[in-house]
Amino acid sequence: MNPDLQGRVFEKTAPYLVGREKIREFSAAVFSQSPLNFDVEAAVAAGYPDLVAPPTFGVVIQERTLAQLLADPAAGIDFSRVVHGDQRFTSTRPIVAGDELTATLTVASVKQLGGHSMVTSESSIVDATGAHVVTAISTLVVRGDE
Amino acid sequence: MSADSSTPAHGTAAASVPDFAGLAVGDVVAERSFTLTRDSLVRYAGASGDFNPIHYRDDVALSVGLDGVLAHGMLTMGLAVQPVLDWLGDPSLVDDYQVRFTRPVFVDAETGALVEVTARVGQLDAAAGTARIDLTATGNAQTVLGKAQVRVHSPAAATPSASA
Repeated sequence: MNPDLQGRVFEKTAPYLVGREKIREFSAAVFSQSPLNFDVEAAVAAGYPDLVAPPTFGVVIQERTLAQLLADPAAGIDFSRVVHGDQRFTSTRPIVAGDELTATLTVASVKQLGGHSMVTSESSIVDATGAHVVTAISTLVVRGDE
Repeated sequence: MSADSSTPAHGTAAASVPDFAGLAVGDVVAERSFTLTRDSLVRYAGASGDFNPIHYRDDVALSVGLDGVLAHGMLTMGLAVQPVLDWLGDPSLVDDYQVRFTRPVFVDAETGALVEVTARVGQLDAAAGTARIDLTATGNAQTVLGKAQVRVHSPAAATPSASA
């Protein structure tokens, strides 16, 4: 893959409107037992404007930025060789239903290790006011020829 | 348990928030086990939008050199934090969550896979009201996550001026 990718900033993604049913689906899929993820009244009683998404929900929006990276011919990443190495979410506040989120991916680093390449990306996710919600940081390992 | 009787009846999340002052490094704060089936993987694929076929097709998984269908790493990450959330009560107390994916969780078509999670206090700053919760996650009895850490703050640190 292309080592010059480091430092590259991709275009902001189209707004993603977070829906209640999406939060419920995602919450069930990650085995959540929290009423804040399913019950609007419980979320409101706890001080939230609407249903709260689980901490890893940001991956849904991050995925759109990673799609930009993987689709870029200049990046030269062979998707069939990609393995997810690590993942991190650094959040200012939980995502809630009704949020309209956009994300901007920055390539933080590109490293070679043995025959493999490792690309670390940071997708900064902000709400409709531009305020930071969560940054999703991901390292993808691109396996070399074996 | 809290001796505070001023909590309103509807404040369920706040009422269940643990007292950080009573914690010590090494304490187990939560444990939970999960049975993953192929259905779980299809459900997560749909919910997350990650339709990589290695998570539901054995033929594709085998063709890329895997031993079979495996769980999405993000599914393992997503469920591993759930016991911590159950313990905390309020997700806004989580500031940071990270994992390394060290070994795949293979999910057998008939028997599924057992994922077991233990959450321990890894680091504690009682004065600042912050803690690092370290997760141990095993899939079919083998460690599957490395450096799985949840950084949390206490409700007191979140709302220092909260009035009674």
